[in-house]
Amino acid sequence: MQMRAEHKESAAKGSATATRDIYIPSERVAVSGGGTPHVVAKDFSIYYGDFEAVKKVNAEILSKYVTAIIGPSGCGKSTFLRAINRMNDLIPSCHTSGILRFDGEDIYGKLTDEVLLRKKIGMVFQKPNPFPKSIFDNIAYGPRLHGMNDRKQLEEIVEKSLRKAALWDEVSDRLERNALGLSGGQQQRLCVARTLAVEPEILLLDEPTSALDPKATAKIEDLIQELRGSYTIMIVTHNMQQASRVSDYTMFFYEGVLVEYAQTAQLFTNPKDRMTEDYITGRFS
Amino acid sequence: MNLGTRKILDNSFTAVGMGSIVVMALALLAVLTPIVYNGVGAVFFTGTIEHRTILYKEYGRGDAKTIETQTATAERYRGEAYRMLSDFEAEMEGMPFEASSRYRSQYAQVRAAMSSLLGPLPGDPTPMLTRFQYGQTRWEKAEEKLHEILYEKKWDYSDPTVMAKAFYVPRAEAFAGTMLAPLFGYLDRHLADMMQPEFTVYWGFFTDRSLDAHIFGGIWPEIQGTFFLAIGAMLFAFPLGVIAAVYFTEYAKEGFFTSILRSANSTLAGVPSIVFGLFGLAFFINTMKVSESKSVLAGSLTLAIMILPTIIRAAEEAILSVPKTYKEASLGLGSTKWNTIATVILPAALPGIITGGIISLGRAAGETAPIIFTAAVSVGSAIGIADVFSSPTPALSWNIYNLASEHEMACEIRHVQYGMVLSLVSIVLLLNLSAILLRAKISQKLKG
Repeated sequence: MQMRAEHKESAAKGSATATRDIYIPSERVAVSGGGTPHVVAKDFSIYYGDFEAVKKVNAEILSKYVTAIIGPSGCGKSTFLRAINRMNDLIPSCHTSGILRFDGEDIYGKLTDEVLLRKKIGMVFQKPNPFPKSIFDNIAYGPRLHGMNDRKQLEEIVEKSLRKAALWDEVSDRLERNALGLSGGQQQRLCVARTLAVEPEILLLDEPTSALDPKATAKIEDLIQELRGSYTIMIVTHNMQQASRVSDYTMFFYEGVLVEYAQTAQLFTNPKDRMTEDYITGRFS
Repeated sequence: MNLGTRKILDNSFTAVGMGSIVVMALALLAVLTPIVYNGVGAVFFTGTIEHRTILYKEYGRGDAKTIETQTATAERYRGEAYRMLSDFEAEMEGMPFEASSRYRSQYAQVRAAMSSLLGPLPGDPTPMLTRFQYGQTRWEKAEEKLHEILYEKKWDYSDPTVMAKAFYVPRAEAFAGTMLAPLFGYLDRHLADMMQPEFTVYWGFFTDRSLDAHIFGGIWPEIQGTFFLAIGAMLFAFPLGVIAAVYFTEYAKEGFFTSILRSANSTLAGVPSIVFGLFGLAFFINTMKVSESKSVLAGSLTLAIMILPTIIRAAEEAILSVPKTYKEASLGLGSTKWNTIATVILPAALPGIITGGIISLGRAAGETAPIIFTAAVSVGSAIGIADVFSSPTPALSWNIYNLASEHEMACEIRHVQYGMVLSLVSIVLLLNLSAILLRAKISQKLKG
């Protein structure tokens, strides 16, 4: 399993605010205040009943950067992503071992409030899943849940979130319309906006473009670039080009094992593992 | 299989399917046509002056002046008939005993039929029962009575191998040569003058109390009772059912206990309704003592138990059909389980839940057996909303049965029975229709 020398190196420097002295894909700039370990996995395994779907993962996800997770179907990448905000709790047979920490807090600790955790770690799903409510109510759902009822403030949050998700210009005149009337791409951006409205620290994207056409996909990718630097983003994708376009770091999973985890440019141009190379060159999928 | 055979099979299946649908439609038509035709007859019919008089005297409706003039005209013609009766009575007094006894029993029949047609005859004491205080209110019934006066029904026993056959002999022949003889021709000619028939629309049928056990008047107490019972049942069963469905779908862990609960629910759905009726009597009235004896409350509780499984099933199906993604989205935003159910899952499941609820409401309105021992009485007045805890009520389903089987004058008031059937069928159909519309409206709103 590949560990990242540069991360250990920068962790040794210990500064959370300084721009980190790390390799960034050529066209990208390092984000300020980023690079501290936001999610840390230590010997972290996930089981469905007896089946070990994710095997002893050790990794640190760096704050404010975009981390992509790639790998063939059934390799455990989505399972790993969904473990971070405990969406796997919905599956009764699912349990974990090892340690998964978020900001130093044990995600699977006995005292952890998963509701609070999910507020801080937002998620966007494979299929756009707006509620059958108005656009406004969709975005306001989270803030209302967390006790905000002032109409004025809600309006501000809705506008801010929609602007962040690059959807405001398209829907500002029809906020009271049902969200299910939007196109697939718009719905997905609405879901991003809805997640942003509760002001999470981490954004988990589970194959957010797999149900969208290329044009809508491009918009979501642009959006990820916009959000980079403000949120820690993790994206599971089947599309290797997408991973190389949007991410700073890439994890490659194979049969539940984290085979390689490196800077995206390095992983795609100079993979250290034979398996990774075979996968990104399309020898298997 | 070759193409030809496949096509023949396809086509013959289509034909069989269409055929069965047509048979169903015809059966429905055969059931509904008499119900609608006769039921409508309870409201639209040719009414006599007696009907108008009852409406005026008992319900305070109608135009006093018209009724007075019409009554005066009718009385003038009736007076002539009454005179013939008294003339004949005087004649009979003068006859030797053997002669008069020949007429006596036949004359008693004529007199009784006259009294039934026109109301109490002059000189008779006012009868105790309302039903004998008035003549025939409906024209077709008046014609029937006339026939009864004009002809004597006799039975032909000549052939012992077959059932006796009825035949009619004109009474005019029996009374030929007496002072009563002209009466028959007179009645035949002047029936309309004596009864003053008029096309009547009696909307009061739905809103009037009944007089003397449905002989006259409307069916409001039954309609109201039906609504009280059905809505009462809903008040108990709907919240309970939805809560149970939420428990089954969202909280229950699959296991022995849950599967026992589920099969208990299915079994409950299959229990015959008369068993629920007896259970209601034994449990709610005798054991729990929710009321002294029959009451709307006890009936509603019994009906609630009966429809509960249906509501649970419908709600469960509706909740399960809500896309899992809604739940994920809500939980992913940091919503609690309870909040997710209340703000996302239940609203999305609402069309299905409401449909199940309203269909159950229709069933509760139509059931007879559960309320026989717990809530229904055959004759009664409409009860106030405060009385539901202690008073029984008439209800459509039970009174239809009662009029069909137990009422002592059932054959005289078939139109009331049909009117009740039509009302009940209409109420249930309207409820189901509203369920469909409501469902469509909410689904539309959800779809955007």
